[in-house]
Amino acid sequence: MADINLTIDGKQAQVKPGQTVLDAVKAVGVYIPTLCFHPDLAPYGACRLCIVEIEKMRGLPTACTTPASEGMVVKTNTEQIQQFRRGVLELILTEHPHPCLTCWRRKRCGPFDVCLRNVEVTHRCILCPKNEICELQEVVDHIGIKEVEFPYTYREIPIDRDNPFFERDYNLCIVCGRCVRVCQEIRQASAIAWTYRGSQTLPGTAFGRPLRDSDCQYCGACVDACPTGALIERARKYEGPGDHKVLTTCPYCGVGCQLNLTIKSGKIIESVPAHNNEVNRGQACVKGRFAITDVVHSPQRLTKPLVKKNGKFEEASWDEALDLVASKLGSFKKDEVAVIASAKCTNEDNYVTQKFTRVVFGHNNIDHCARL
Amino acid sequence: MVTSFGSGAMTNSIKEIGDCACILAIGTNTSEAHPVIALEIPKAVNKGGKLIVVNPREIRLTRWADIWLRQTPGSDVALLNGMAKVIIDEGLYDKEFIEARCENFEAFKESLKSFDLDFAEKMSGVPKDKIVEAARVYATTKPAAILYTMGITQHTHGTDNVMAIANLAMLTGNIGKPSSGVNPLRGQNNVQGACDMGGLPNVYTGYQNVAVPEVKQKFETAWGAKLSEKPGLTVTEMIDAIHDGRIKAMYIIGENPPLSEADATHALAALRKLDFLVVQDIFSTETTVEADVVLPAVTFAEKDGTFTNTERRVQRVRKAVETPGDARVDWWITSQLAKHMGAKGFDFQSAEEIMTEINKLTPSYAGITYPRLEKGGIQWPCPNTEHPGTPILHTTQFSRGKGKFMPISYRPPAELPDAEYPLILTTGRGLYQYHTGTMTRKVKGLNSLQGEGTVEINPTDAERLGIKDGEMVTIASRRGSITAKAQVTKVNPVGVVYMNFHFGESAVNILTNPAYDPVAKIPEFKVCAVKIEKIGEPVKVG
Ligand code: SF4
Ligand code: SF4
Ligand code: FES
Repeated sequence: MADINLTIDGKQAQVKPGQTVLDAVKAVGVYIPTLCFHPDLAPYGACRLCIVEIEKMRGLPTACTTPASEGMVVKTNTEQIQQFRRGVLELILTEHPHPCLTCWRRKRCGPFDVCLRNVEVTHRCILCPKNEICELQEVVDHIGIKEVEFPYTYREIPIDRDNPFFERDYNLCIVCGRCVRVCQEIRQASAIAWTYRGSQTLPGTAFGRPLRDSDCQYCGACVDACPTGALIERARKYEGPGDHKVLTTCPYCGVGCQLNLTIKSGKIIESVPAHNNEVNRGQACVKGRFAITDVVHSPQRLTKPLVKKNGKFEEASWDEALDLVASKLGSFKKDEVAVIASAKCTNEDNYVTQKFTRVVFGHNNIDHCARL
Repeated sequence: MVTSFGSGAMTNSIKEIGDCACILAIGTNTSEAHPVIALEIPKAVNKGGKLIVVNPREIRLTRWADIWLRQTPGSDVALLNGMAKVIIDEGLYDKEFIEARCENFEAFKESLKSFDLDFAEKMSGVPKDKIVEAARVYATTKPAAILYTMGITQHTHGTDNVMAIANLAMLTGNIGKPSSGVNPLRGQNNVQGACDMGGLPNVYTGYQNVAVPEVKQKFETAWGAKLSEKPGLTVTEMIDAIHDGRIKAMYIIGENPPLSEADATHALAALRKLDFLVVQDIFSTETTVEADVVLPAVTFAEKDGTFTNTERRVQRVRKAVETPGDARVDWWITSQLAKHMGAKGFDFQSAEEIMTEINKLTPSYAGITYPRLEKGGIQWPCPNTEHPGTPILHTTQFSRGKGKFMPISYRPPAELPDAEYPLILTTGRGLYQYHTGTMTRKVKGLNSLQGEGTVEINPTDAERLGIKDGEMVTIASRRGSITAKAQVTKVNPVGVVYMNFHFGESAVNILTNPAYDPVAKIPEFKVCAVKIEKIGEPVKVG
């Protein structure tokens, strides 16, 4: 089928049939704020921040749910749109702590500074575990809100710390549904769904039971989908964006999920599944998502060559250890030596291991535990 | 699979699974072993695809299954032959495909003449009409893919199982097309790569056979060394050779045979019998403890390199953090050792340089270079740097030319339950730990979810033995006994108990049978006979 042509803020855009107006907006590099939209999930149209004006269409349709069609003329940034977005966002903020979100000094504030506006500790951005990597902050900064006129209510829900990997603080939830949808649509787990507390709809487990009694697989997909501090990995709380990211391959099974490791001060602070690939496309499992840091930075790692003397291991230098191993292995008849390579090591490691066996010993006594 | 098709890797790609019209998942609990592949299966089902699950245990996948065949462990060939028989008798096979692409069909057809479905029912415990139904659905809903894992290969007749699967796929023409094929899902992260790289006793890189004179010649010239055309020993044979005194020294990299080998006691005794053992690993393990020298290696996060995943995709591993203390990259350690022993050709400065040598010597990896991998993984075979890689194997012909039908007759597992050991023990992996747990047991969060080995037992068996949920029991086979906490659950059928192998305290492989498949030499992890006893009331303190 032919591509669809449309005009976005005077720019020509081309998208494939089935794509949305939001896809077209992104294709021409224009930013519009979104909160409930997630690239892996079906369009939802709940937050209404992505509204646009489309010629010959009434009202302000949401870009994320409107299919692109030939000849559309779209405006993303008129005064009317801005005003609406501010209104919508203010409503969202009546249920999310926001004194810092609307404060011009936010980015200069330190954790121990005296707050001139006397904002309660629980409401300060600087004390939110997701400060600086929060999508809501980005959206507020883009739209620009000085003040929220409606009254604010704190939900006073206890923070759920009942699972080993992430915390759930639904006082920060903006009810975008990304967690619920990713758990159902992609993970097929439905561990969390919409629940009702009084007049309020919030995500949660059936009957508010602990996650371990639900179908939760601890994949962390909900944590990665959440745009606020409501769902946060315990190990990376308060860490901010980190210094840089390294794309690599997960070491835990034959799928080979692509993972982005966030590095801060030489340590891995989190491991998040990568999107742009043909293998895991934004997903991983509990091991790739939550079990990397503890293993790599374990205090139990072997850090020195060890040589057994009188039944006890003693630390040795590499020269000592290599000399000893070389002379010992060399003291046997060649076919009395065998080598086991590792299915956990890289191709390059394994190549060198088999070459070593074949070249040094002149035989093929090399295998690994693949059979298992 | 090598016998049938000429290649033993997954024929298709992970992302095609979501578009299958039919999936036959046999001997695989992929939700636990490969959670991300498992996400694709319900996708196919939601698009109207049919799912046939063949597994004695009520695994998570059965939720989406249209048909669930609950076979007796070890009876897969009887079941698969039964399905093949139905497909042939009802004329549901793909005549054109078989004529054009396969051989030995007549002999195969002949071999099934005398096979009858009552026998399949008797051996597998699956009602006849269910076998017929599964055969019809698989043969008529296309494209259909078969997924399998260790549940198929870890038997004394594992090779038969795989050939029986290959027969089914050829019979229905489900080879070489998108969303079809025969797809073994690999367990460990780089099993595929370790095999591709020649970490096997009979082949160099890219499955180039050591016994072929031209191949030997090529590697001798490249490496400047005298090589042997005689296949070496497999791990299982090495262990026997140590007991016989033929092997006296060993160099083990990143493996933990006392937990991962069948009949672990035998394996551990072998390690103790060695005159010299050097072990290279990142943590202290049941194996390093036995070593004379331990060499500290690094994790994947501290090195550059590549892994090859279960769909033959070579992907980059990138150094993210510095190595702790004096730990060193594995290839560096091995190369230094080679140099200390006077060998030439081990002056590698980087992982990329090693890959360049692999490219030169390995036709299927020839085009897989580091600059290209920056843009994403590449699936072998990839014969040159212009080639895009190969998502689907055998599209126009099989690696061996024609696909070969292999007549197979059913053989029972090497050890069946009897009066003394009345239960069947089967083993596998859990979602929350990895392999022998060397790495994952360092993660507190995972241990809190699955921190100890348990033995799953059906309520009927539990009641008969007077065992309560959560009680400690001993599990004994002819080879040894261990203790574990009983978990009473309907997931297992009556007469079958299940354990996973991540835990040193309840090392299930003390029990398992090392009798192995004569061709693939994979031990029979999936079936052995055991008995279970209560330990007696724990003594109350205070
Ligand atoms: S961790 Fe995964 S399974 Fe658990 S609630 Fe989140 S998305 Fe659902
Ligand atoms: S917890 Fe996060 S992802 Fe879920 S609805 Fe609330 S804000 Fe959205
Ligand atoms: S992003 Fe479009 S409605 Fe929320």
